Amino acid sequence: MFEFIGERYNYWMIIGLMMIGLYITFQSSNLIKRLTGLSIFQTSVFLFYVTLSKVNGGSAPILFGRDWKGQGKKAEAEAANGATGDAVATPYGGDGHGDAGAVGYGPVDGLYETYSNPLPHVLILTAIVVSVATLSLGLALIVRIREAYGSIESDDVARADLETALAEAADRDESEATA
Amino acid sequence: MSVVNPDIGVLLVNVTLLALLFFVAIAIARLRSLFAIVMLTGAYSLISAMWFVAVDAVDVAFTEAAVGAGVSTVLMLGAMLLTARTARVEPNWKRLGPLAVCLVTGAVLIYATIDLPAFGDADSAANSHVGAMYLQRTAAEIDIPNVVTAVLASYRGFDTLGETAVVFAAGLAVSLLLGFGERSLSASHKPARANLKGVLVPSNKSDHHVVLRVVAKVLIPIVMIYALYVHFHGELSAGGGFQAGTIFAVAIVLYSLLFGITAALDAFPVIWARSIAAFGVLLYAGVGFWALMNGGNYLDYDFVLPPDDPDYGPEDANTWSQHVGIILIELGVLFAVAGSLISIFYAFAGRAPEIRDEDW
Repeated sequence: MFEFIGERYNYWMIIGLMMIGLYITFQSSNLIKRLTGLSIFQTSVFLFYVTLSKVNGGSAPILFGRDWKGQGKKAEAEAANGATGDAVATPYGGDGHGDAGAVGYGPVDGLYETYSNPLPHVLILTAIVVSVATLSLGLALIVRIREAYGSIESDDVARADLETALAEAADRDESEATA
Repeated sequence: MSVVNPDIGVLLVNVTLLALLFFVAIAIARLRSLFAIVMLTGAYSLISAMWFVAVDAVDVAFTEAAVGAGVSTVLMLGAMLLTARTARVEPNWKRLGPLAVCLVTGAVLIYATIDLPAFGDADSAANSHVGAMYLQRTAAEIDIPNVVTAVLASYRGFDTLGETAVVFAAGLAVSLLLGFGERSLSASHKPARANLKGVLVPSNKSDHHVVLRVVAKVLIPIVMIYALYVHFHGELSAGGGFQAGTIFAVAIVLYSLLFGITAALDAFPVIWARSIAAFGVLLYAGVGFWALMNGGNYLDYDFVLPPDDPDYGPEDANTWSQHVGIILIELGVLFAVAGSLISIFYAFAGRAPEIRDEDW
């Protein structure tokens, strides 16, 4: 039971954050607060992706130690040119399995160290920069809404729109009646 | 698999930081003062950046700290300055509907977590296929130690080109909506404007920012050099074009916060920001076309430099080809992100705010 909770605590917290973001977006009529809710929602998705990428006993996905030293193209080129040293290593061989007994542990085949999964990091890194760009676009629209309507409460904006529409309809009826 | 694994410290940090995030989010949901909400959003970003470090996502943490806690807080403050201070009080009955929807949705999602892989599972579907392949191949194929940069710039260079274009498009859209900062010349900065062509006169006579200004004058060049370091060192350690671009933009934002928007517009004109944003996207796409013209695929950096062997083929690629390609496209990302963020900042800061310092 305790184990089950420990393994899924992250997901539950992230779902909690996501629901708080959703709640703010639904409930608040203030547009800036709404955008904040949206960005909390967005962040919770980032957290979810990065949670999935974590590997037990892993380190940041930057090659180090025996995985990096002398395995790059340069070392291969040098080895081909006869400048051999201890730098020669087989890229996909070696005694790659550090902790072979445990399931879910240990480096991937061909590596000496354990790393977390780099792919979700890449996706989220770019998503964060895109999120600030889209956030600023939303804020710019809010600034324009404030200038046009004098308010950033969505209720006020909807009411102003309704009044304008009704006034226009009344005008049209009048002009049709006179014609 | 036992929970009491070698990473018990990581687990503790993980539990604590996620709980902190949760409480900050609840505080944001309950508050009405927009200023407090924006500040808490900054704190939220910083805590999530710490959490990213705890789960090994150092590049993500770097980006989140620079973008989330830095730039987006400043932008939200700028937008708040132009709109309102507080959110209106909502009647209590209006909260019941959203609350019910969120509770039900949350319960369904939590039920779904039973099927998700355990935290830290190396054999989960997400961690076992393409992610592991990138780790295995990067040293031999891309020849740089930072796998995140390798995937970002080389394996998935097309994705990143798209994202750079999105940032550029957003910067353009904000500029079209709010202008390029021309309005700053009209209202609140009259004393400074009077001497626009010559030496700048600070607009407030009682200069209570003097210590900050002196410190900033030393700090800003260092911030800019740091941005370049982050860019050129992105292959070897955490960092890269996105982070470097943001840090560069932050240097301009810092200057503008301390010396006024007019001074910043003098020091770094809007036309520069616009130009480098466009140039960055062009440079990125241009590297792709260059590879195309050298006989490779679009954005295939093995063809950026002429191959060692005249018989063209990826295996004969120049040793430095990938390095040059990655540095060039990351430079494109740096320019695009820095230019877009600076012009977005100018667009917000340049709108004459109706409220002066004293009214706060």
